[in-house]
Amino acid sequence: METVTETDREHRNGNGYDAAAQADLGRLPALIESLLFAAGAPVPLARLVEALDGPERREVTAALKVLAEGYEREGRGIRLVQVGGGYQLRTPAEHALWVRRLLHERPPRLSRPMLETVAIVAYRQPCTRAEIEAIRGVEAEAVLSTLLERRLVRVVGRKEAPGRPLLYGTTREFLEVFGLPDLSALPTLRELGEAEILSHPELVVDAGGVRPPAPAAADREPAGEAG
Amino acid sequence: MEVACTVRLPIFEGPLDLLLHLIKRNEVQVSDIPIATITDQYLATLEELPELNLDGAGEYLVMAATLVYIKSRMLLPTAEDDEEPEEDPRGELVQQLLEYQRYRDVALALGERAVLDRDVFARDPEALGPPAAGETAEPCVRDASLADLLDALREVLRRLRPPPVHEVAGEEISIGQAVERILARFVMAERMEFTSLFAVDRTRAEVIVTFLALLELIRLRVLRAEQPERFGAITLALAVATVAEATERVHDLGRLEAGWRGEGEHHGDGDRDG
Repeated sequence: METVTETDREHRNGNGYDAAAQADLGRLPALIESLLFAAGAPVPLARLVEALDGPERREVTAALKVLAEGYEREGRGIRLVQVGGGYQLRTPAEHALWVRRLLHERPPRLSRPMLETVAIVAYRQPCTRAEIEAIRGVEAEAVLSTLLERRLVRVVGRKEAPGRPLLYGTTREFLEVFGLPDLSALPTLRELGEAEILSHPELVVDAGGVRPPAPAAADREPAGEAG
Repeated sequence: MEVACTVRLPIFEGPLDLLLHLIKRNEVQVSDIPIATITDQYLATLEELPELNLDGAGEYLVMAATLVYIKSRMLLPTAEDDEEPEEDPRGELVQQLLEYQRYRDVALALGERAVLDRDVFARDPEALGPPAAGETAEPCVRDASLADLLDALREVLRRLRPPPVHEVAGEEISIGQAVERILARFVMAERMEFTSLFAVDRTRAEVIVTFLALLELIRLRVLRAEQPERFGAITLALAVATVAEATERVHDLGRLEAGWRGEGEHHGDGDRDG
């Protein structure tokens, strides 16, 4: 309990919490590690701040960065990634073979039609089945229902057009499966073809092309990227 | 170097994919397709295919026709009295190919990412508690999908009390009535838990009618089903300003008067199995 910040003290006085329940900054990275480990799912920054009840947002962000860099530097078996609007602990891709062997699970199948269709939905959402079919030149009903079942896409509404066709969009699971912090991590379409960019979202520069709506970038600083 | 190709259809994800393959194999630009060569190769590929299922074949054949058409247009001499600049007959196809190629590249890149449960792994998610009151919630509240709603429905049905042995045939409720009943509850509260919607339902039939009514209201965008946490509780919220507006919207769409009443009566007599 050596280092106690101003905000820390305020909270303590205000809420009358037990001192032991307060997070001091020194052990913040370890504390966050516990929270992320326990949660399993990506935890939004706001939820971390709320659970820690004391440290400020920027202090939590800084601690996340310390944690992410520590994993990298020490070559640990865990990585901190920013994905689907939150932070999550994941295994590094280099360990996939062993983890898979242990879990004995079949990896999810991502066929080319599925990937192409979900890519179109991701960029053009909300979009209709007809739009997808026009781009791919093949019918899309079966692959869309697979994607719906896998929760990679969802119905977001109906288009105010003849026949009121269903409109599709991507889900948070889509971001999680592909390790994307948010939709703005997708490159602009103009940049496509210049390989590799997708696996390094931090390289993406805004070229003013087609880009999905970008939420506030403030939460994306310590990008412990899965790539 | 590629070995002489015996191409089989399943490799290709459609006519555009096949065309891009041929263009690449011939080392030519998409923007300047040697249409005669490509058309010949395209048709030759189709003939090599042992069996085409009818659905898939249609798409390939339409493209074949398009290619032959473009080829013939390119052979025709340009009309001399035509003032307008000659349009490249390939133009539309080129645009289509370029666009498809872009998405095909994204798809490739997505497939190469560290995919969850294939390349990288995380612990199974625990449900997080609801955010504290006053705390700004997530920037975007996740809408519950149909699959989420069905999961929740399954839970409601599971918890349903077993039917009493001597069940007095209660009054049947139509979807239209269920819609009105649901809307009435939103007069008091703007949002409510998914499960509390079914608090008054006693039989499977009632639960299902209520559920169908709920789906209809979501479809009409009168209600929203939100699920802030994955696998968490689903909350229903009014998507319009007032219940009066909601009722108006429902009536405008003519559903209450037309289909539902009769429908409810028809379905009313079954489903007593609990």
